[in-house]
Amino acid sequence: MTIPFLILAAPTIAGIAAAMYLRNLVHCILALTLGFAGLAALYLQLDAQFVGFTQILVYVGAVAILAVFAIMMTRSAGPMAQPVFSSSWIKGGCVAGAVFAVLAWAIYRSATSLKMLPPQPEVAVRQIGDALMHRFVLPLEIMGLLLTAALIGAVLIAMQEKPEMQ
Amino acid sequence: MTPETIDRIFIIWKHWLLSYAPAGVQPLFSALLSVVPVLAVFPLLFAITTVLERKGLGRIQNRYGPNRVGPYGFFQPIADGVKSLTKEDVVPRTADQAVHFLAPLLLVAAAFLAYAVLPVGRNMVVANLNAGVLFFFAVGSLVELAVFMAGWSSRNKYSLLGAMRAIAQMISYEVPLVLASVVVIMAAGSLSTVTIVNMQASYTGIWPHWFVFTPWGFVGFVLFMIAATAEANRSPFDLPEGESEIVAGYYIEYSGFKFALFFLGEYLGMFATSGMAITLFLGGWAAPFSFLTWVPSYFWFFAKLLVLIAGFIWVRGTLPRLRMDQLMNFAWKFMLPMTLLNIFVAGTWHFMAAGSVRWLVCAVLIFAPSVLLALGLEKGKKKIAARTYRFAE
Repeated sequence: MTIPFLILAAPTIAGIAAAMYLRNLVHCILALTLGFAGLAALYLQLDAQFVGFTQILVYVGAVAILAVFAIMMTRSAGPMAQPVFSSSWIKGGCVAGAVFAVLAWAIYRSATSLKMLPPQPEVAVRQIGDALMHRFVLPLEIMGLLLTAALIGAVLIAMQEKPEMQ
Repeated sequence: MTPETIDRIFIIWKHWLLSYAPAGVQPLFSALLSVVPVLAVFPLLFAITTVLERKGLGRIQNRYGPNRVGPYGFFQPIADGVKSLTKEDVVPRTADQAVHFLAPLLLVAAAFLAYAVLPVGRNMVVANLNAGVLFFFAVGSLVELAVFMAGWSSRNKYSLLGAMRAIAQMISYEVPLVLASVVVIMAAGSLSTVTIVNMQASYTGIWPHWFVFTPWGFVGFVLFMIAATAEANRSPFDLPEGESEIVAGYYIEYSGFKFALFFLGEYLGMFATSGMAITLFLGGWAAPFSFLTWVPSYFWFFAKLLVLIAGFIWVRGTLPRLRMDQLMNFAWKFMLPMTLLNIFVAGTWHFMAAGSVRWLVCAVLIFAPSVLLALGLEKGKKKIAARTYRFAE
C-alpha cells in the first residue's frame, strides 16, 4: 500500500460508491466515469499503459457516452422517486459479502501474495499485438465475428421499413 | 552559437534551471519545467490565432476585421481577455451548479493533456509514452463528456440540442480520425509519437521521407484533416454551435470567463489535432529539405502548425455549413469506407516492390473507389429545379 496507490484508489472507490448512492441518474453516470478513470490510473500505476489507455478510450469515451445518450433519448433525468435502498437489500448484501469473501480468500491464498515476485519486464504494445496475432488469433477473430453480427443486427433494427405496396 | 546549440537551447535551459533544485524535488521540478511552457505557449498561440482568424475572415468577407487596439489591431486579444474577465458570470437558477462549473474545466484539462505526447522539437516532448497515439485519442474522448456536461447542466433546450449534435458528430468522426492514423502506425510499427517522427526525419537527396509523400499517406492526411475539422466543430461542420440555428449550442448558458474557457478549449483541441497530423504525416519537427536542417526543429513544428491553422481559417471563410443528414452520410458512407480502403492500400504498398508500378496500383486503388463512393453519395437525390418566387414577382 503505497501513497500513490491510496491517492488513486480513494477517488475510484468514492466515484463508484457515489454512482450507487446519488439520486440523479446523470450524476450517477458522471460519478461512475470518475471510477472508470481512477481504474485506468491504477492500471497506469502498474505499468500497463495499453490497458490503461484502452480503459479510458472504451469506458470513458464510449460506454459512458452511450449511457448518457440512452438517458437523454428515453427520459427526462429528474431525481428518482423510489428510495436509494431497495427492499431486498439484506439478501443483496449477503450475496455481495459472499462473493467478496471468496475473492479475498482466493487472492490471499494465491502464490503472488505469499512471496514477492521479481519485477516483470515492461510489456510493449508490440508484444501485445504479436500475442493477439499469433497465439490468440482465433479468439480475436471469433470476437470480431460476434461484434460484426451485433453491428448488422443493430443496423437491421434501425433500418427504415419500406412502406408496403398497396 | 552553433545551430546545434540553438536547437537544444530549451533543453539546456531546463537542465541549467534543474541544477538549482535540491535532489529530492528534482523529478517534480523537471515535470513542472516541461509542463509550464506548454501551458504558456499554446494559449498564447490561441490569442494570436483569434486575431489572425478575425482579420483573415474579414479579408475574405471584404471588410477590415479588428483594427482599433494596438498596431493593426494586434492587441485585440488583450482587450478580449480583459472583457471576458470583468464580465458577470451568470449561472441559470435551474442549472446543475456543480456540473455546470466543472464542464469548462474538464474541457480545457482534456485539451491540455493531449499536448503531453506531441513532440514539438528534437527531444522536446513532455512524455515519450510507449502508446502515445493511443493516449492522444483516449484523452480526446474526454472532450465529448465535457460537452455533454455543459449541454445537460444548463437546462436549456438549445444547449441540449447542441450537445446532442456535438456528441453525435464527434463520435461519428472519431472513427475515421483513428482509422486514418492507423496507416502511419502500420508503416512505423510503433505507437510512440517520437519513433514516428524519427522515422520521417531522413532524406533522399534533398527530399524528406514524410508519410504524406506516399499515396496512402496523402489520402490519410486529407481524411485526417477532414475528420479533425469535424472534431473541432469548425466550419463547415459547425452545426453544434451554429449561431443562426441554435444560438451557440452547448455553451449558450455560459458567460464571462467560462465562455472564454470553452473558446480556449476548442482552439486548443484544434491545435492538438493539427499537431498530431503534423507528427503523423508531415514529419513532425523535421525540416522540409535536407539543406534546411540547420534551422531549429521547434521552428519547423510551429511553422507547419501555422500553415495548417491558415488552412482552417481559409476553409471557414469559404465553405457553407452542412446539414445534419449530409454530415452523417459523409462520415459513414464516404469517410469510413475510404479509411478502411486506405489501410488495405497501405498493406499493398508495403508488400509490393518499390517502383512506379507500386505508385500506379495504389493510385488506382484509391482513385476509383473514391469516385464511386462520391457518386453513391449523389445517388437517390432529387434534382432541385430553379426556385420560383410566387409572391416576389
